[in-house]
Amino acid sequence: MGSYVPSTPAQRREMLEAVGCASMEDLFGHLPRQILLDRPLHLPSGLSELEVRRTVEKMAAHNTVFSTVLRGAGAYRHYIPAIVKQVVSKEEFVTAYTPYQAEISQGVLQSIFEYQTMICELTGMDVSNASVYDGATAAAEAVAMCRDRKRTKALISAAAHPDLIQTVKTYCEGAGTPVEIIPMKDGKTDLDKLSSLLDDSVSCVLLQQPNYYGLLEDAETAAEAIHSAGAKYIMSCNPISLGMLKTPAEYGADIAVGDGQPLGLSLSFGGPYLGFMACTNALLRKIPGRIVGETTDVDGKRAYVLTLQAREQHIRREKASSNICSNQALCALTASVYLAAMGAEGLQKAAEQSFAKAHYFAAKMSEIPGCQLRFTGEFFHEFVAQCPDVPKVMDALEQHGILGGLPLDGDFSGCVLWCVTEQNSKEEVDQAIAIIKEVCGA
Amino acid sequence: MNLIFETSVPGRGCSILPECDVSVPDLPETFSRKKAPRLPQLSENDISRHYTALAGRTHGVNNGFYPLGSCTMKYNPKINEELASLPGFTAIHPLQPEHTVQGAMQVLFQAEQALCEITGMDAMTFQPAAGAHGEFTGLLLIKAYHKHRGDQKRTKIIVPDSAHGTNPASATMAGFTVVSIPSQEDGCVDLEKLKAAVGDDTAGLMLTNPNTVGLFDKNILEITRIVHDAGGLNYYDGANLNAVMGVSRPGDMGFDVVHLNLHKTFSTPHGGGGPGSGPVGCKSLLAPFLPGPVVKKQQNRYHFEKPEHSIGQVKSFYGNFTVVVKALSYILTLGAEGIREAAQNAVLNANYMMKKLDDLYTIAYQERCMHEFVMSLEPLKKETGISAMDIAKGLLDNGIHPPTMYFPLIVHEALMVEPTETESKETLDEAIEVFRRLYETAKTDPQSLHEAPHHTAVRRLDEVGAARNPKLRYLF
Repeated sequence: MGSYVPSTPAQRREMLEAVGCASMEDLFGHLPRQILLDRPLHLPSGLSELEVRRTVEKMAAHNTVFSTVLRGAGAYRHYIPAIVKQVVSKEEFVTAYTPYQAEISQGVLQSIFEYQTMICELTGMDVSNASVYDGATAAAEAVAMCRDRKRTKALISAAAHPDLIQTVKTYCEGAGTPVEIIPMKDGKTDLDKLSSLLDDSVSCVLLQQPNYYGLLEDAETAAEAIHSAGAKYIMSCNPISLGMLKTPAEYGADIAVGDGQPLGLSLSFGGPYLGFMACTNALLRKIPGRIVGETTDVDGKRAYVLTLQAREQHIRREKASSNICSNQALCALTASVYLAAMGAEGLQKAAEQSFAKAHYFAAKMSEIPGCQLRFTGEFFHEFVAQCPDVPKVMDALEQHGILGGLPLDGDFSGCVLWCVTEQNSKEEVDQAIAIIKEVCGA
Repeated sequence: MNLIFETSVPGRGCSILPECDVSVPDLPETFSRKKAPRLPQLSENDISRHYTALAGRTHGVNNGFYPLGSCTMKYNPKINEELASLPGFTAIHPLQPEHTVQGAMQVLFQAEQALCEITGMDAMTFQPAAGAHGEFTGLLLIKAYHKHRGDQKRTKIIVPDSAHGTNPASATMAGFTVVSIPSQEDGCVDLEKLKAAVGDDTAGLMLTNPNTVGLFDKNILEITRIVHDAGGLNYYDGANLNAVMGVSRPGDMGFDVVHLNLHKTFSTPHGGGGPGSGPVGCKSLLAPFLPGPVVKKQQNRYHFEKPEHSIGQVKSFYGNFTVVVKALSYILTLGAEGIREAAQNAVLNANYMMKKLDDLYTIAYQERCMHEFVMSLEPLKKETGISAMDIAKGLLDNGIHPPTMYFPLIVHEALMVEPTETESKETLDEAIEVFRRLYETAKTDPQSLHEAPHHTAVRRLDEVGAARNPKLRYLF
């Protein structure tokens, strides 16, 4: 049996005696008999470290690690600089709790303050919180921020990530907030439909940029319509794309959210990722979650502390606007270290190369008969293309260690959502094209 | 020390990416960013030193004793970290075909089986990312259950006033009205008040057991029966499961739905605030409502399924997956006996510390405690002016992370101590010595405690000023 209990049998006896118990069972003697488990748990016996390693390594070996990934759809494989993992593996960062005791938590607090600054720089917004669970929950929290007595309804673009839409709906179902989906046209949010849906019951409108299908929304026109209807504008964005794309602030967004996973976090089968949230100063007191602020100590030294806590659940209980307590601090640190290592120039490079290679891939793809692009709009690093035989193409790519794009269903059945990042070399892209060509008999 | 932006030197950087091997097409002006973000410009060495300095100003479990009540700051085993970072887990895409992620699905499946056995539940979701997220999810299950039965009038969730702040906040988020019931003097549920509170509008009760004062509520079967008889369901806040795992199961106490904090009970680290993992387990009557997808096994193959009446998703994908890998690795290490051993020693350590302090400090509830106990510094404060805060700050100078302060709200000047099972008797004895010494200092030299800490990176902060004039980012 493995154990992390350090006290020896002799010490345990000594301590039991000190508390006046004859045995360990005695410690639980005051619990009602009917609820004491009268058998061992039906679990295997404990294992040594080496046995655990073998067992879990075997499970890991049952997963296929693709050498080339051409799939995104909300989880992106970008290059992660070596320094990132080294820094975020430091035991102090890994094992500390939420920095309630500021005097011995300045390291974590300062790292969050730096993260908040970087998110503000990236999005152009005024205020960032310390993180939430992921991009989908960040969107749901943003919707909750905008609700007031008169305006309750949220409008969400049908071109946002399906998980985001689902999550917002679930949260809104809880709160009793009505949600309406703005239909799509040519792979983008239908702005005419948006205008017709806007009225004085609408609290906010959420658009994703680039959207789920990779396309760039006409986010500026949307902003005008949304604001003239008196609603708040929430933009969900891909942080890497902000290395070259217009920021939510430049588009006039009130709240910027998104999943920070592309900033140095591995794919990890979907988590842990990072929800970032940033807003204008006007919404400062509405943003949920932890926020770190600068202050001074009694000696006048600059210091950092969790602040504006009067918004939070441990103070406001049932009147709090969100219940969030734990967040994704270590993932926020990961994003910070990533951004520090990349710098603005590196980030721009990652964005431009993803953009360039996706366009190269798309151009080659559209030369293959039957594989034309589904939409004509501008895109970032993802695009939808038709595919004459989706299963066959996916199988053939898999044989060569390539994870193909995501097969779509519903209205876009027979289409594939492809993604290319800076991590994919021209050689890899060419190889994928050759395989697809062969399968499609071109 | 400098902020990372103050260390930045224009023109410096790391060389990470090669030049682009395809031509870069033009992006229309209307979509392009106008002003580059002001990110730091640093060498790799600069970055390494900056974060090493920050780590040096952070107290983790690796630095010393961390008896932060209700947070279960136990040791975070390194093997868990190594296994969770295997490329077989970190390099797989969440939307890979099922036949290429059978190992990852096995992790979720086995973790579900083990945690259902430990809690006495029938099914589980790993989608919730933290405890509060789990609460919200569990309450939505309760809501969906009543709605599905056409029982629309059940709009109230009963929460004792000793509950964690997340409980009432989660209930509000899930669209319920919170009915707060006062606890008895001993911190346990007042049966009469509960009986008076339940009715045909009761959706459910949220309870932590052992409760937030560290006592096991002996009336638990009566409590859950009262709620069930009224047609409500019982929600178990698993924050304190470490006290009873392998000894007693929420499912056997009459609970219908539980959330666990893998980052507390199952040794996965807290990461300075997260990521956690807050899986929700439930009895079979609630299983059809679980968020999807969930993993099922059929003829030795795993597949994803969306439960029949699923409440939908509460997050992208399947939750904080690699955190679940760490928890499973921990469960495999401990096994049936080790899990029980951990609970027993957590309770032993808490009782031992309490016993060794009860002649000086006022223990709020003079009974057998479970994994944590609460002291009230009110008498000491009346006598010497030294508050719970002052003692906490005094602990900082002694390399000890203070207990949870001013919680639960029903105890004045509360310090809630949770030693956990992974602390040795030597560590406990040293901490006891420190607590006793601080008590003496409170009487002999209170001023030095009012001014504590003296030896930390910074001293007491102007928190009021921070909130009054919020400065929430570096201004270039």
